[in-house]
Amino acid sequence: MILGAERKIASWHMLVAIVALSIGTLFGPLQALEHMGINLYPALQSVGLQSYYQGLTLHGVLNALVWTTFFITGFFTLTVTYTLKKALVYPMLSWAAFIVMVVGLVMAAIPLLLNMASVLYTLYPPMQAPWFYYLGLTLVVVGSWMSGWSLLLTWAAWRKENKGATTPFIALGSLITVVLWQICTLGIAAEILVMLLPWSLGLLPGVDAQLARTLFWFTGHPLVYFWLLPAYVSWYGMLPKQAGGKLFSEPLARLAFWLFLLLSTPLGFHHQYVDPGISEGWKYLHAILTFSVFFPSMLTAFTVTASLETAGRARGAKGLLDWILKLPWNEPSFTAQAVAMIIFAFGGIGGIINASYNVNLVIHNTAWVPGHLHLTVGTGVTLTFIGILYWLLPHLTGKALWGTGWARAQSWLWLVGMGLMSNGLHRLGLLGAPRRTMLGVATDNYGTPDWLFPRLETGIGGTILLVSFICFLVVVVKTMMNKETAKVEMPIAEALQPEGIPAWLNNWQPWLVGTVVLIVIAYGPVLVSLISQVQLVSPGFNVWK
Amino acid sequence: MHVDTYERYWIMLTAVVLIVFTAAVGISGFMMGVQVPVPEALVNPNTVATDPTSRFANPGLRQLAPNRYEAYIRAGSSPWKFVPDKLEVPVGSTVTFYVTSVDVQHGFKLEGTNINVQILPGQVSKMTATFKTPGKYPFICTEYCGVGHQNMFGELTVK
Ligand code: HEM
Ligand SMILES: [Cu+2]
Ligand SMILES: [Cu+2]
Repeated sequence: MILGAERKIASWHMLVAIVALSIGTLFGPLQALEHMGINLYPALQSVGLQSYYQGLTLHGVLNALVWTTFFITGFFTLTVTYTLKKALVYPMLSWAAFIVMVVGLVMAAIPLLLNMASVLYTLYPPMQAPWFYYLGLTLVVVGSWMSGWSLLLTWAAWRKENKGATTPFIALGSLITVVLWQICTLGIAAEILVMLLPWSLGLLPGVDAQLARTLFWFTGHPLVYFWLLPAYVSWYGMLPKQAGGKLFSEPLARLAFWLFLLLSTPLGFHHQYVDPGISEGWKYLHAILTFSVFFPSMLTAFTVTASLETAGRARGAKGLLDWILKLPWNEPSFTAQAVAMIIFAFGGIGGIINASYNVNLVIHNTAWVPGHLHLTVGTGVTLTFIGILYWLLPHLTGKALWGTGWARAQSWLWLVGMGLMSNGLHRLGLLGAPRRTMLGVATDNYGTPDWLFPRLETGIGGTILLVSFICFLVVVVKTMMNKETAKVEMPIAEALQPEGIPAWLNNWQPWLVGTVVLIVIAYGPVLVSLISQVQLVSPGFNVWK
Repeated sequence: MHVDTYERYWIMLTAVVLIVFTAAVGISGFMMGVQVPVPEALVNPNTVATDPTSRFANPGLRQLAPNRYEAYIRAGSSPWKFVPDKLEVPVGSTVTFYVTSVDVQHGFKLEGTNINVQILPGQVSKMTATFKTPGKYPFICTEYCGVGHQNMFGELTVK
């Protein structure tokens, strides 16, 4: 199997993803330094950056939306075709998808760079960006749908040729994530197409902020599983192989993915616990459903750790814990993903706090939240994707990875930097500091002396992260220029017990039906009541000029 | 389907933890009086500041009974301000806050209490707190509302 077209498609996605991450991440250290009291923004006005908030919008959109979406669609093009051992049936559809995504990205990037759309990545109305910003974001989503259709059609063709066969785990996990994405993005598609786009074109007199938030978070929480599940595909399906072990329990790995499909969408109200327009019972229902996603997460924690233990033991470990030391810590791809998992575990614990609506009152919209999200999407996901790139770049380019020492240093520096920055932000949040705020300025307004230490931690951590990120870029650029060649393949882990997978773990129907039913129960009545009392009254505001 | 013994224990443990957490949130929310905002009223954000029949046209503190107060507050971003941004009540007062926005989304977090709500145009966010200790309680905007967001705050004094 050569799969040359698939590799080309994936390469282009990775290129855009890495460029987006590089530009987006630049703003992170600036924000961290501002929090510490070093405000570089006045100096940056001469190069066109108008405000902290313009930078923060670019940071959120490029990192959380563009880097992730391009990486994931590119990565899945490979995971699905490689493990099904089948070329895309409609490669042109995947190319078209990529082009639609790039066109959308350019349409959205122009107003961002010109400070015409500093609305942050949540784009809460009635702040109003120009219509082509909303259209650009829509095209990115539509492109990602098309790329998913291309994969689903390929899988359907594979199934015709392989009647009764069990879909390989990596392909199944990828396709479940694709379907999750197609379902959950209906919320933001409705928000933009029915409200924001007509409103920004002057066809609607106003918007309803509460309804818009509700539609946004219908997508907003499952979005985090769209980011996370590709990392899980790697942790379950590839990392055990990279470490020299096997996937400990394949049936439970499949169960975890099905449960994520079932449970990821009907719980968006946990972002809206303190919204005025939703009643308490519905918030409580979503709190329970949020706790229930803790279940597949715990399955993952167990299975992935146990798989790595099989690797350590295969490498000769005998005692209770020495298998950890026996793991291939000299391999950059392994190290990055293992560090990502360690940090992600803390993010998971914090997530339980966010999910409990009584405790959420303490930390809602405080600096705790970016503290949390840098452990999850900022590290659990991003550092895993970086780790994947450490084998994927050589695989795609045929060039050997340059500078394994630099790449390993990158991961450990990330651990230290993120440990400091995230701890600083969590503490600031507990002290009442708001998120999305120029804290250097706000300290003079309502800060207290005990903000000082965590502010310093945040700034220093952010600076160390910058050094780590520069190491990553050096590795990428030097690898692209490397004369030394290498033949690197996608690592695909075998199952420890390759016995039959029960049919209910290979059948879409019950899970899809369950997903739709749960969404209708958890969202239906609230959406009906919000729509029945909709007030399209808020005109657009530009508050960032 | 084969499930490893330890994994079986792990799954059971997870289930127990989940049930305990769900119960804890339920008990604190429904029986111990932890409050989250619930639908209170719909208003028109474009007229709420000027319509004489709206309490928000004449915002501020009103005494309802001994030690019982209500405070109507408007959040806005031209300029970035709560109206009013200075309030004063005697020690031991119970205050119910009604907050709405006249333009974009804002936040309202009253330090030292459990009050931390989203402020939306068109909606009224209502929360109550009792102040037993004298002191200054800043209330700050916790949602990005434009380039002046970091300057949006007010203060409740308890004497
Ligand atoms: C050098 C590394 C990084 C540093 C120093 C950094 C720093 C920061 C800081 C200090 C904030 C808080 C800003 C505020 O609330 O006012 C922030 C927000 C954020 N960061 Fe990062 N960050 C980094 C990398 C990343 C990465 C890799 C991602 C994700 C993939 C990410 C995603 C986000 C998001 C989504 C927000 C929230 C934006 C918002 O509230 O609208 N960051 N970052
Ligand atoms: Cu969430
Ligand atoms: Cu604000």
